[in-house]
Amino acid sequence: MVSPCVLKSSGAGVQTLETEVLIIGGGVTGAGIMRDLALRGIQTLLVDKQDLCAGASGGNHGLLHSGGRYVSNDQHAAIECRIENEILKRLAPQCVEETGGLFVAVKGDDMAFADTFPGLCQTAGIQVEELSPAEALAVEPHLSKDLIKAYRVPDATIDPFRLALENVAHARAFNDSVYQPHTQIVGFITKNGLITEAVCRNNKTNATIHIRAKQFVNAGGAWAMNIAQLAGCTDVHLSYSKGTLLISHDRMADHVVNRLRPPADGDILVPGGTVSVLGTTSIRTEELDSVIPTVAEIDRNVIEGSAMIPALATARYIRAFSRVRPLLQGAGAGDDREATRGFALLNHTTQGLENFCTITGGKLTTFRQMAQKTSDLVATRMGNTTGCQTKTIPLPKDDACRWTEPGAAPRYWYKENNPEDMILCECEMVPQSAIDEIIKCAPDTDEEMTLEAIALRSRAGKGPCQGSFCGIRIASYLYDCGYYQDETGLIHMKDFFNERFKGMRTVIWGQQAAQMELAEALHCGLLGLDTLDND
Amino acid sequence: MIEEARYFETELAVIGSGIAGCAASIFALNKKITTAQVGNTGAVAYTTGYLDLLGKLEGDKGAIDNPWDAITALKDRCPDHPLNGISAADIRAAFNEFTAFLGECGIAYSSPGDSNITALSPAGTLKKTLCVPATMAAGPKAFAAKTACVIVDFKGLKGFSGKQVVANLHKQWPTLKAERIVFPEMLSGEIYPEVMARALEVEKTREALAESIKAVAGNAKVIGLPAVLGMHNPDFIKTELERLTGFEIFEIPTMPPSVPGIRLRELFEQVFPEKGIILIPQQKVSSLTFDDDSATLSLTDNHGPITIKAKAVILATGRFLSGGLEAHITGINESLLNLPVTQPAKRDDWYFEQYTDSRGHAIHKAGIEIDDSFRPIGEDGRPYHERLFAAGIILAHQDWIRSRSGAGIAIATAYKAVEAVDNFLHA
Repeated sequence: MVSPCVLKSSGAGVQTLETEVLIIGGGVTGAGIMRDLALRGIQTLLVDKQDLCAGASGGNHGLLHSGGRYVSNDQHAAIECRIENEILKRLAPQCVEETGGLFVAVKGDDMAFADTFPGLCQTAGIQVEELSPAEALAVEPHLSKDLIKAYRVPDATIDPFRLALENVAHARAFNDSVYQPHTQIVGFITKNGLITEAVCRNNKTNATIHIRAKQFVNAGGAWAMNIAQLAGCTDVHLSYSKGTLLISHDRMADHVVNRLRPPADGDILVPGGTVSVLGTTSIRTEELDSVIPTVAEIDRNVIEGSAMIPALATARYIRAFSRVRPLLQGAGAGDDREATRGFALLNHTTQGLENFCTITGGKLTTFRQMAQKTSDLVATRMGNTTGCQTKTIPLPKDDACRWTEPGAAPRYWYKENNPEDMILCECEMVPQSAIDEIIKCAPDTDEEMTLEAIALRSRAGKGPCQGSFCGIRIASYLYDCGYYQDETGLIHMKDFFNERFKGMRTVIWGQQAAQMELAEALHCGLLGLDTLDND
Repeated sequence: MIEEARYFETELAVIGSGIAGCAASIFALNKKITTAQVGNTGAVAYTTGYLDLLGKLEGDKGAIDNPWDAITALKDRCPDHPLNGISAADIRAAFNEFTAFLGECGIAYSSPGDSNITALSPAGTLKKTLCVPATMAAGPKAFAAKTACVIVDFKGLKGFSGKQVVANLHKQWPTLKAERIVFPEMLSGEIYPEVMARALEVEKTREALAESIKAVAGNAKVIGLPAVLGMHNPDFIKTELERLTGFEIFEIPTMPPSVPGIRLRELFEQVFPEKGIILIPQQKVSSLTFDDDSATLSLTDNHGPITIKAKAVILATGRFLSGGLEAHITGINESLLNLPVTQPAKRDDWYFEQYTDSRGHAIHKAGIEIDDSFRPIGEDGRPYHERLFAAGIILAHQDWIRSRSGAGIAIATAYKAVEAVDNFLHA
C-alpha cells in the first residue's frame, strides 16, 4: 500500500506529495468520496482551494429533501431524494433533524397544481399526508391565514458542515486519508493518457506543491468546468445560478415549509437550530468567486416568503448569503430550477485521459449517491472490487465535529458542568473547551488556524451578534493561550469581522442596526481595527 | 401596587440619558435652569470612560495628535459637521464644565489638554482621546515613558488578557509584562468586572488584592489592571491600592458594558436627584406635543403615567443603539416626532462592501438637521418648533464612531443647545 502524502523535497523547495487518489474540492461530495474510497481501502488526499463547504455545500438551506420538491418536474430526482433521505436519516442521524416538511398553497396559488401533488408523491413512493388548513395552522401557527392547502412529507434538515467534517474525520481515522485546505489546482502534468501530477498552489503561503496520484477526481462543484479545462478536458459544460438566502434571528417554523407551486423565488423556509433559513432567489451569473447578496434579492425573498409566513415581513434577520450552483448545460432550457438538478459523472476517456473523472451538478441530499457512483468508477479503474459500504456503515460521530450542531455546545457544556470552562460565544454558548478541541483535533492539517476557520468548525459567530463579541473573546483567549504572540490576532479579528459582515450588509435594519452600531463602536472606535495596516 | 398619575412642571426637559443628555442636564444645572431628564440610559454603560473629542478624520488612517488643529481641518473636509459651528473656546469650556462636575461628584478626570492623550485599549491597541478618568491616567503616562510595567489580569475574567496587551505593545514598550492572579475570594469559575468592582469597595478585599499584586510585580514601577477599581469611589480605591502596594496603578477599559460606563450611569442617577433634577431614567417617552406656551411629554414608569410640562425640550436620543433613530427595510426615521432624517438615498448605500473600510459607512452620517440655534428642522425646512432643540449623535453629518468623537459631539452640542435654551427662556 502506498503511504499517502510522503513528503519529498525536490531541490528547489517544491514539495511533492504522493497519494493513491487526489480528490479536488472539499464540498460534501468530495468529502463523501474520500470516505467512500477509504471504506474500500483506498487512501486519498482531499484538497480545497479554500476550506470545507466553502462553495454551494455550505451555502444552502440545509434541507434534506423528501423528494416532494421535485415530483412535478423530475420524478427521477424525486425518487433519488426519497432513497437518500431514508439512508441519511438511518446512517447519519447526528447530522439530521427530522423536522418533517409541509407544502402549503395560499390564496391565489394554482389549485390544479396543488391537487396533483399527492398523486405525484405517491408515484415517487414519497409518504404524503393532507392536513386541513386548521391542522396545519395548529402545528405551524405562523403560517398565513390565507392557507388553502397543506401536505406533510418527510423533509428533514441536515447540517452540511458536520456532514463534511465527519466524512473527512471517518476517512482519516479509517485509513489515514488526508485533508488539506487552501490548496488550489493550477495545472496538471499528463503523460501517455494519464495525469501524473497535479500542480497546486498553497493559497496561504503561495508555495507550489506537486501531488502525484494514480487517480484524480474532480469534485469541484461550480468550479468543476474550470478544473477539467486545466486537464485539457472540454466535455464539462456548466452554467451557473446564483442563489441568495437569509437567516432569521428566530426559528419561525418547526417544519420545513415549502410553497406548493412550481419552484420559484423565496419559497422554502427551513429551520436550523434556533434560526430559520429563507430562500432562495435564482439568477444566472458568470461570476464564481466573491458572490454576495444584493438588497434586491433580499427584498424579493422577504416579500415572497411572507406570503407563506407573514411574520417574515417584520422578522429580524441576522445574516444573508449567496452561493453559486453548478447547472449541467443542455439538460433543459428556461428556468434554471427545472430539469437541471441531476448530477453527471464524466470519465473523460473521450478526452484521452484514463485516470481522471469529474462529478458535478446534483444536490446536498444526493451527495452520498454521487460519491458512490464516482468511487465505483475510481475503484474499478484501480482494480479494487470491495464495493460501496456507505449504504450500510453508519457515519461515526466525531467529537471534534460536534460543535457545528445547533444547540450541541450548550448541551455538552451543561453536561460537563465545569465552572472553569467559560463560554466564549454567548449567543451560541460555545465554551473554551470547544475552541481547544477544535484547534487540537478538527480535521485541518494547516499550520495556522484563523478565527474564520474556528467559526467554520463551531457555531461561534452564528448567533444574533454574528461574532461581534465572541470574535474579541476568542481572540483574547487565544492570546492568553499563547496561540497569538503578535498583531496576527488583531488581523484575524479584523478579517473575521469583515468576513461576517459580508453576510450582514444587506439585512442590517431594525435591532440589527443597533447591534451593528455597537459592534462598530467597539471594533473601530475602541480597538481601532479600521486603522490596522495589513491591506 | 396603586398607580398614581404624576405631573411635573419644569423649564427644560431633556430626552435621552446618554452622555449628551447628561451633559445637557449638567450645563442646565449650572445655569440654574430647572430640568427634568427622561429617556433610556442608552449607551452610557457602553462607554469606556475615555472622553474623545476627535481622534481621526474620516477617510484617514492616521490618528490625530492635536484635535484642535484637526477641527479646523474639519471645516473643509466635512462642511456640515455639527462641531464646525462651535468655537474651540466653547468646546474647551464644555469639556471643562463636564469633567469638573464629574470630579466634584467623585470621578476625577483630566482636564482637556492641548493635544490628545494616547490611551490603551483592552486589545493592546492605542486610541487617541482628550480626557481620561484619574484611574486610567497613569497608563498613557507609563506608555509614553516606557516605564517598567506589569499588566495584571485575573483567572476567570474572560475578554481581558494581559498577554494580549503585551503581545500587541511589546515592540513599542519592551518593559511591559503580563501576570495572572486570582481575585480575592473568587477562586473558581467565571468572574465579572462589576462584581469585582463592588468587592473592591471592601477594605479587606483591597488588602488581599494588594498582596497578590506585590507578589507578581517584579521590578515594575507601574501596575495596569482591567477597570474594576470600585463603582462609587474609584479615585479613593486607586489611591488606597497604590498606598498598599507602593506602585502607581492604572485601569484599562474592558469590553462593554464596562465598569467605567456603569460608574457614570450610577453617578448621574445618584447625583442628579440630589441636585434637584427630576430624573426618570430607563423609560421611553411615548409622546411629545407642543402648544404655544409649553411642551408636554408623556411616559409611563412602574408607578404609573407621568406628564411633564416644559418650556423647552432638548432631544438627545442618540442613533440606533439608543433608539433615537430607527432603521427599517424601507428607510431610516426619527422615532419620537418623525423628524425628517438626512440619509442615503437607498438601503444599498448604507454600507460599503467592506466593514472596516476606512472611509466609514454612510449610514453613520444619517441624522436630523438643525439650524444655528440647535433647533431641529421639520418637514417644511423650518425649525420644527421654537421650543425644541437637539444635541448629541442624533445630529446628521458626523460619523462619531470612525472619527472617535462621540463624547466631543455629545458634550459640545449639549453645551450649545443649553446655551440656546437659556437664550430662549431668558431673552
